[in-house]
Order: sequence, then C-alpha cells, then structure tokens
Amino acid sequence: MTLARQGDTLTAGARERRRAAAREGRAPGRTRIGYLFVSLYAFLTLAFGIAPAVYSVVLAFTNADGGFAGLDNFSKVVTDFRFWPAVLHVTAYLVIWLIGLLIFVVALALIVHALSVRWASTSLRFVYYLPGALAGASSVLLWLFVLDPTASPVSGLLRAMGFTSFVQVIQPGNLPAIFAIIAFWTGAGGWIVIMYGALNNISTEVIEAARIDGANAVQTALRIQLPMLRKWIAYMGVMSLAAGTQLFVEPQLLSQASNAIVPNDYSLNQLAYQYAFQQNDFNGAAAISLLLLVVALLLSWVFVTRGGLFEREE
Amino acid sequence: MVGIHTVGPRRTAALRVTALGAATAVLVLAGCSTGGSSANGSYGFPQATQDTSSTITVWVDADRQAAAKAFQKAHPNTKIKVVTYDGSANGSNSFRTKMQLFDRAGSGWPDVVFSSQNNDAAWASQKNNGKQAFAAVLDKGLVPNDTLSKFTPGALNPCTVSGQVYCLRNDLAQTVLWYNKSLMDRFGYTVPTTWEEYEALGEKLAKEHPGYIVGAQGDAWTPEVFMWASKCEANNITGPKSVTVKTDSTTCKRAASLLDTLRGDGTVPNVSVFTPEFVKNYTGKVLMMPGPAWYAGAIFNNPQSLNVPPGQLAVSAPLLWKGEDKAVTGNVGGGTWFISSHSTNLKAAAEFVQFVTTADDYQVNVAPGYPAYAPAAQKWIAKQDASKYFATPLQPIATAGSQVWDGWGYGLFSQEAVWAKTMTPAITSGTSIVDLLPTWQQAIENQAKVNGYTVS
Repeated sequence: MTLARQGDTLTAGARERRRAAAREGRAPGRTRIGYLFVSLYAFLTLAFGIAPAVYSVVLAFTNADGGFAGLDNFSKVVTDFRFWPAVLHVTAYLVIWLIGLLIFVVALALIVHALSVRWASTSLRFVYYLPGALAGASSVLLWLFVLDPTASPVSGLLRAMGFTSFVQVIQPGNLPAIFAIIAFWTGAGGWIVIMYGALNNISTEVIEAARIDGANAVQTALRIQLPMLRKWIAYMGVMSLAAGTQLFVEPQLLSQASNAIVPNDYSLNQLAYQYAFQQNDFNGAAAISLLLLVVALLLSWVFVTRGGLFEREE
Repeated sequence: MVGIHTVGPRRTAALRVTALGAATAVLVLAGCSTGGSSANGSYGFPQATQDTSSTITVWVDADRQAAAKAFQKAHPNTKIKVVTYDGSANGSNSFRTKMQLFDRAGSGWPDVVFSSQNNDAAWASQKNNGKQAFAAVLDKGLVPNDTLSKFTPGALNPCTVSGQVYCLRNDLAQTVLWYNKSLMDRFGYTVPTTWEEYEALGEKLAKEHPGYIVGAQGDAWTPEVFMWASKCEANNITGPKSVTVKTDSTTCKRAASLLDTLRGDGTVPNVSVFTPEFVKNYTGKVLMMPGPAWYAGAIFNNPQSLNVPPGQLAVSAPLLWKGEDKAVTGNVGGGTWFISSHSTNLKAAAEFVQFVTTADDYQVNVAPGYPAYAPAAQKWIAKQDASKYFATPLQPIATAGSQVWDGWGYGLFSQEAVWAKTMTPAITSGTSIVDLLPTWQQAIENQAKVNGYTVS
C-alpha cells in the first residue's frame, strides 16, 4: 500500500494545484479514457451493489406474494426470539474489536514507525500484513485448530487459562472476544501498514520542530502524530464498523465446526441468512439487512463527524 | 502517443465483446425460462413434459459417488450427470437452500438428490410460497408398491408426510448398544439388558476401572440416542405444521438423570466422539457405547478413530427400561434419496433411486451403512458376519431396525441444532440436564414456532 503525496489533503500543495487546474478550465485527469476505466467499476457497482440493495428495500416492505406489507416484516424480525440476543452478540463483539483495533493498530504503527533499524521495520510490517493475505474463510479455519486445546500449538496457554476442551473454549461468554481476536488477527495487519503510510505523510519539518522544542518520542506521538492521524483513524473506524456489523464468516464456520454448539443464528447477518434460506422468508431477511444498514450508517455518521473525515483544513 | 493510437480499436472491440456477452446472456435466460410446460401427471403431482432419453442430473455427497458409479456400470444406457455437493451435512442445509433458489429462478433443479439428513421431506413435500413442492410423490405409481413394502418397517417414516411417501431411505441409523467383548470378559461383567443395569454397570466401572467409559454425551445427537430411546416426547411431529413437546415427563427425566449420573462419574463424558480429544483419551477404553449402527464404521473400525482390532467389537439389542416389555430405540440420521417433481425424465430418475436403495451392486457390495431395504439388509449382515470383524452376530442391528420409536418425528427444524446450541454449553458450564429440561422445552418451542409450527 502506497499513499501518493499529492492526494493527501494534509499537504498544502494539493489544493493549490487543484485550483490551478480549475483555472485552466479543465478538471484534472478527466479524459475520455477515464470513463472507460471507471465504467467497469460503475457497471459492477450497479449490478452487484446498487441493484441488490434496491431489491432488498423492496423486499423489506413487501410480503411473499409481492403485496405491500408496511412495517410487518420489521415487527416480525424484531419480535423474533433470536433477534435481541444477536444484537447483543454483535454489539459485544464490536465494542471489543473496535477498541482493540484502534488502540493496537495505532500503537503498533507508531512503534514500527519509530524503529530506526530499517530491516526490523520492514520485516515487522511484512509479518503484520501476512495474516491478512490469507483469504477470510481459510484464516478462520486455521483458528479452529488454534482454539482446540488437544490440537492447538498454544495448548499450554489455553490450559493455563483453564480450558481443557474445545467446548469449554467456545462457551457463549467467550465468543465475542474470540471473534474479535480472529478478526484482529486477519484484518489488523493491513491497517497497520496503512497507518504506517499515513505516519510517513506527516512532514518531517513538523516532527523536527517538535524535536527541537524538546518533545520526546511519546510526546511526539501523543501531541503531533495522533492528532494528525485523526482522519485515518476515523476512516479505519468507519470501514471496520461496516465490516464488523456484518459479522458472518467467523461464527458461521465455527458453528459448522462445532456441530452447531456455536449457534448458526449468532449474529444478525446469520439470522438474516437463516430467514432467507432456512425459513425461505426473503422479506424478513431483507428487513434485518435494512435494520443493519441503518444502524451502521448512524454509527458511521458519528465516526465521520467526530473524526472530521470530510473536513478540509484551510 | 502509442497509447492513443491503440485505444480506439481496442475500445470498439471491447464494446463488441460486451454486446455479444449481453446477447448471449439474454439467450441463455430465455432458454432457461422456456423449459418444460407443466401438465397434471399420473403420479399424483404436476409433471413437466417427459423426455425419456434426456440426461438426468444427480446430486450426491462424496460418499455416495460410489452409488452413482455402480449405477452407471449397471445401466450404461441411461445418461446421468453426477454433481457432488456436501450432502446437506453438518447443518449446512444446502439441499433446501439451493432448491429454494431454483424455485425462485423457476429452473435448474437436479433430477435426483441425496441428502444425508432425514428431515428434508418436511419441507420438500410442501408447497413453497405457492411454488410446486420439490419432491415427487413416490407411492402413487412412480416406485412400485412391491418395492416400497420391502423396506424395513418404519424405514420410510422420515419420508412420509400426511401418508404420502416423498423419498427413499438409503440407510438406517437405528441406535444399538455397542460393546467391547474382550474388555467385558476381562473385567468379568455381563452385558446389561436394561438402562438401569447399564447405569449401575457404569457406576461400578467408575469405581473399579476409572478412565474407561460406557458412552459419550457431547454430540448433538445425544438426545436422539438417549431421550428418543426413552420415549421422551420432545419432538412429536403430529402434522406437517404441528408438534407436541413435553420434556417434563418421567420418560425425559429418567434419561436426563441417567446422563447426569454417568457424566458425574466420568463414564459418559461430555465429549464428542468426532474430536481429537475423544480419540486421544478413550482409544482402547470404550467398554460400551449406545449409538447408531454407523458407529461401527465411523469410529470403531476406523484407523483414524478408535481403531478397535478385529474380534473385539460386539453388538447388543437396544436396552429396555425396567417395567416396560418392549424395547424401543432412537435414530441418528440415515440418508434419503429424492426425485424432483420438476424432472423431465422421471422414468430414469425412478430407475436410479430404486437401484441405489435396493440393488446388491451398491447396497450390499459397496455401501458402508446398514441398508434400509430389508432384503439388502439381510445380505449386508451376512456379509459383515462373514468378515469376522465382529465378536458377535449382527442380527441385533436388524432387530433394532424396526424398533425405532415413532413418537419422535422428523420436523423442519433440527433437534440436534437446538440441543447443541442450548444444552451443550449449559452442561459444559456445570448445570444438570434434569434442571435444564424446562430450558430445553422452551428452546424447542421457540425454534418450532419460528419455523411455522403450532406447539401443543
């Protein structure tokens, strides 16, 4: 992942260059070939993003025969005995995961960035990124072994924590933390690399000025680097939130591997899946998906406004 | 500049390809929707227009590929296309999921489907949001009554909904009492005939030979082995959309208390037989094991699992409860074969399912499980007895085959999933099953209701 300097709003030059381009009467980069490049993406977004989303909105407000159903689907899923437990599960998971992600990703990126030994920094970044290179489902499969005390390479640790069998490890109370750890392990590396890139974008003049003023590494991190990373952290928050509310692969695979001891309706997304394919109720499934979307949008709005994601500094 | 020269022609070519692709897609879609005009058929369901020379598509799981191969060898003139899928195993529910998608698309159904589950008739026999039921009715002429009547009594219960048969059973999974004859002789014990004797022997074993076990209760089918065989009315499917659940009866309590006692002394541990933990801790230590017929091949005579040497494993008929005169038993799975009501070659499809469920070429010579078709089952037992692996004759398995209690049904929702999700974690955290019976009741009722059942 490389971050082009000129695209960064933290540097003053970009705005001026854009103004200059606007004065020439032509937006930068808008040639006919641009439309061709964007067309494939636009087509795929329409076909596999927008169209299904519109379809699910229609489904959510209609019944199985296609008639208008008002809010019936919503009241049905909200009163389902599995709905609120699923909300609680996803919330607990999100809280643990997002806090863990924010703290550890930023801390690890700062540490890697502060390393002066070049090869150590490079190899650490590579190691962080490595788990993310595994495809989602296969990395969860790997965790099935890690979590089983009889097969785990860290069985000593599991036993020290009082777990002697797989069933004990996957007790309901442990699941949010387990899913958060799996998600962190698979997803955090990519974010560390991105944060590292963002840290590289903070101009050396600022850091040098801080150093001349007598700031040590910790003070620089807290007073200079962290505030300047605010947008990147908010960006990570928004993206992770969107991914996190859609928790599915981890509980689904763990459910099959544990022969359903981890329920197949653990998360909201799984419940929607159950509605669609176990109960053949696509309308109910669409209603759950819409509820998820609304909640994720609201929470994202908090991140966007608090993180100043779309602010432009003058 | 080179770039600019080449952009024009390439772009036109790309557009041409896109247009061609779109046109093809339209053609394909049109082709899909024109297939088969429905007319009322002679077999009790609306049929598609028949073409007896068309290729039939057969969905099987990995283990049943051998069945398709045996069929091809015996019927080289019938064209079949074999598709392997997961057999709907481990709660994946893929059979139902895929058929519902085909229902929505209005095309694409396979002609024959094998399912490793035994509750698929519950949905496949029913109309789905107004769409024709997937399963073809088999007992209205499609499969001869003579063939149907030779299945082991009760074998087609999972396939029967409102008196009509919708699938053929591949194998039976009746529960029996497996035991290790060499260990029994060495310890000087006699094989129990009642559950009370079984429990007493478990407690005795815990004192005299700690570390040995008489069963396991960590699997999702624990209620099917113990509760079902105790006539616990937790899953009495009384109609296509009605179920009776009563877990507070004495029949449920006696089995629950037995499990609690023997879990307490470690002779029926809360561990799944399909975990590395089980193999590691209990290889050579299984004195008895109530379980389905397929345990023989799946765990005992399996180098990856317990790997019991020849001449030790023995089988005894299902246990009685004291004071009852007739033993009943439970059932854990047993695959089923369905014919699609949308098939355009019902003749070939019917020929196929009859072959794989009844022919010696597959059921006796190849199949690992106990055949549901009684004549094949007798030959299968003779073959197993001749193999000299077992220490006793296998006739008790055949006896148990017709003793499966019919008060436990085959509904739309999975009792195994309910048990695994509600009971196993609670048992693991130390609560007794007797105390959990009301929780179990509530969980079954909830699950039944969201699947559209009325609970009484």
